[in-house]
Amino acid sequence: MKTHVIVFPGSNCDRDVAVAIQNIIGSSPEMVWHKDSTIKQSDLIVVPGGFSYGDYLRCGAMASTSPIMKSVIENANKGVPVMGICNGFQILIESGLLQGALIRNSSLSFICRDIIIKPTNTKTIFTNKSKISKMPIAHNEGNYFANSNQIKEIEDNDQIAFQYCDENGDINAHSNPNGSINNIAGVFNKSKNVLGMMPHPERAAESIHGCDDGRNIFESLLS
Amino acid sequence: MTSSNWQFDTEKSLVESHGLKLDEFEKIVEGLGREPNLTELGIFSAMWNEHCSYKSSKYWLKKLPTSGERVIQGPGENAGVIDIDDGDVAVFKMESHNHPSFLEPYQGAATGVGGILRDVFTMGARPVANMNALRFGDPNHPKTKHLVSGVVGGIGGYGNCIGIPTVGGEVNFHPSYNGNILVNAMTVGIAKKDKIFYSAAAGIGNPVVYVGSKTGRDGIHGATMASAEFDDDSEEKKPTVQVGDPFTEKLLLEACLELMKEDAIIAIQDMGAAGLTSSSIEMASKGNVGIDINLSKVPMRAANMTAYELMLSESQERMLMVIQPKKEELARSIFKKWDLEFEIIGEVTDTKKLILHMDGEEQASIPINILVEDAPEYQRDYIVNDPSPLISFESKDFEDKDILSDLLKMISHPNLCSRKWIWEQYDHMVMADTVVRPGSDAAVVRVHGTNKGIAISTDCSPTYCRHNPYEGGKHAVVETWRNIVASGAEPIAITDCMNFGNPEKPEIMGQFVECIRGMGDACSKLNYPVISGNVSLYNETNGEGIYPTPAIGGVGLIRDLSNTMTIDLKNEGNVLCLIGESNNHLGNSHYLSIIQNKEDGGTPSVNLDDELKNGKFILDCVAKKLLKSVHDVGEGGVLVAIAEMCISGMQGIKIDITKDFLHGFFFGEDQARYLVEVSQNKLEQIEVDASKSAVKIERIGEIGGTSISINSIGEIELSSLIDHHTKWFNEF
Repeated sequence: MKTHVIVFPGSNCDRDVAVAIQNIIGSSPEMVWHKDSTIKQSDLIVVPGGFSYGDYLRCGAMASTSPIMKSVIENANKGVPVMGICNGFQILIESGLLQGALIRNSSLSFICRDIIIKPTNTKTIFTNKSKISKMPIAHNEGNYFANSNQIKEIEDNDQIAFQYCDENGDINAHSNPNGSINNIAGVFNKSKNVLGMMPHPERAAESIHGCDDGRNIFESLLS
Repeated sequence: MTSSNWQFDTEKSLVESHGLKLDEFEKIVEGLGREPNLTELGIFSAMWNEHCSYKSSKYWLKKLPTSGERVIQGPGENAGVIDIDDGDVAVFKMESHNHPSFLEPYQGAATGVGGILRDVFTMGARPVANMNALRFGDPNHPKTKHLVSGVVGGIGGYGNCIGIPTVGGEVNFHPSYNGNILVNAMTVGIAKKDKIFYSAAAGIGNPVVYVGSKTGRDGIHGATMASAEFDDDSEEKKPTVQVGDPFTEKLLLEACLELMKEDAIIAIQDMGAAGLTSSSIEMASKGNVGIDINLSKVPMRAANMTAYELMLSESQERMLMVIQPKKEELARSIFKKWDLEFEIIGEVTDTKKLILHMDGEEQASIPINILVEDAPEYQRDYIVNDPSPLISFESKDFEDKDILSDLLKMISHPNLCSRKWIWEQYDHMVMADTVVRPGSDAAVVRVHGTNKGIAISTDCSPTYCRHNPYEGGKHAVVETWRNIVASGAEPIAITDCMNFGNPEKPEIMGQFVECIRGMGDACSKLNYPVISGNVSLYNETNGEGIYPTPAIGGVGLIRDLSNTMTIDLKNEGNVLCLIGESNNHLGNSHYLSIIQNKEDGGTPSVNLDDELKNGKFILDCVAKKLLKSVHDVGEGGVLVAIAEMCISGMQGIKIDITKDFLHGFFFGEDQARYLVEVSQNKLEQIEVDASKSAVKIERIGEIGGTSISINSIGEIELSSLIDHHTKWFNEF
């Protein structure tokens, strides 16, 4: 499987996701500098977490205009799987590949801790092996927002990927860490080949992380 | 060269406004053979302030043990270096950013983190963990909440953005910090033993290169401000606080590490306190050479900056390097790729002088040795006061039935309650190598790509130091040592951050001297040397000094991560045992301060032989896989430690203990003790091993249920413990 990880100035989870891909998918990804202009052939493009451009202006806004994003969008439109994690999710939204917006956490502070998510649609390339999973979040702007028409549209199209839930899988206010509408933790594009999610599966990918539930997302891509 | 003949009064006030004493000024005139011009005066002020020159502390710091078989670099470089096997080294240091953090908590704390990160990656190490030691005033003081929010926000804001996990630290509250908070930041990095970079300039004619951010007018006189006391007008000093840009630091980190892979850098030094002044002078001094700088070439953020401002600016995210001339274009292309400034601003010379030019005119010419070797050094007068006397407490003054309600009050107090609210604002998992997260005794991070780990702990008990600086100094060292042992690691070395009041007062200097003596004795006995550190004096406001606070950051090595220990209770049916002697020491304990509102009695004495014996016993048990969890018994005593283990593991315990003086046993703060969880089938073995090693072991109770219950006294549900433990910060 040929994989690519995009590196922006300020990306800081690029190595972490590369290690997870190497361990789970079995081959190391090509690291692509944001000033490059083309990704020729890929089976998975990951836009990693971090603080691209220091989150200046608006999270993901500046990175979405980097030269490489044109190629990421072209590949996505051709059906290549594209996955944005945390800041990567913010970048995919800013680049128009995903709907909605990510605004400040309702607590108005950065949150780093384990949460639990439930796959809402398990019939996609990213989630066919997904189950209720524990993994960390680490963000200041992960509060998913969309207007009611958009929410209806993404619900009707089965575009919700993951929702925050409790240990029993119940989706409730108590299990919502950041104020996201309908506890949304991740969404797909219409054709389900683009995924954006706030939780970090690469930080729950081996036993020393205390939990390896994040592997199922990468394992889904293998099947 | 411009030189002035100031009127005596003007001169005197100018000298004083630069934080220099008149006799120090006379020394400058004598050394130069003339009066300095304003730029030169600024340079002397920057180099000779307490923060940069260690003039009051140097003599005493030399008494600390700084070598050991694993020490590769001791104090004197940007950070210390220890060998962690397999060609790997750990590079670490702790540094204070106290004064700026009080004036502007967010930026003060953020730039404290930025500064210590640069100290570590200057040495060629990739930073892998940030830690901190924070002290604030009375929880009810009107400024405290604002300062806590700002400092926590600043530490998180910087560390999260640059992508280095903040894996732990300590936070305490005491009224002695009402006017001077302490923000001590520590960074640990990992490098290869054969790829360590130093700061000694070499090679006459080699280019001196400026990289990173542009220079602005921020932070001018920051180091001088940090070498003075505060008064009611200290708010006016806010412009001396620098502003951090973690994004640029991330670029600088990656660019420097990329260039370090090439054979291009001869010397490198970060521009921290006193900016271009101290970095250029340190590089020249260490290399025993001179440096010429053309200040017109310095990348500037503001228009019309003068030589004086350029030399004293503390703009952040900048580095100075001496590079191989042949690698200039390669180096330039790397910094260009990362959108950073890269400018050749000078060259290494054989004059042994710092010579500055700007717009074709000479602005300064100072022999390096006058600035460095001839810098003032004081053996200040000191008085060692008698330690506060021990007082004995007796069982009859306490009601056993109050024990559980006292426990609830204690674990809900700001000094003992859960710090989760704080560390959830720090990204403590980025880099995906965090093995033990904040909230245990020591944080543990994996050395990337290996199965070994680094354990890190920061600690100090200022109240102990205030009442007995010698024992308090020992305690601060030993507490980190014990925390590292409790995580299953072999303790290796420490960094220190010596925070004290005005050293010109003999009793303050006496505290400093005694703390150093205690630290030195502990470090020697435990083979746990000091490899880096920092001194912050003049932590006083309107003449009131802080409690003596020698904050220690310890580092240890876990060779096999499967031996990592944490504090959370694991399984029902296992038995909790106490290792070490208990002597009901309640003097200056958290019990006394929280429940009885008293600060009284002596500091518990630290028996270094017992520490060594008991610590070694714990590590032997870890190696034999006899333990399920371990917790050092520290602040608050045995029962607070048990409560923390229960809360972390979500397990209850049935405590079965008969003692004459239960309050003394449960809340006493005797040293050299650990709580360990042992499975029933290993119990006999561990008791036999303990007896062979002459280590005291006592069974405390059996794990299970949903409450802490104490025979004949009663019980408290875990849910109630958790509510009390998290309440204070949740309502913050």
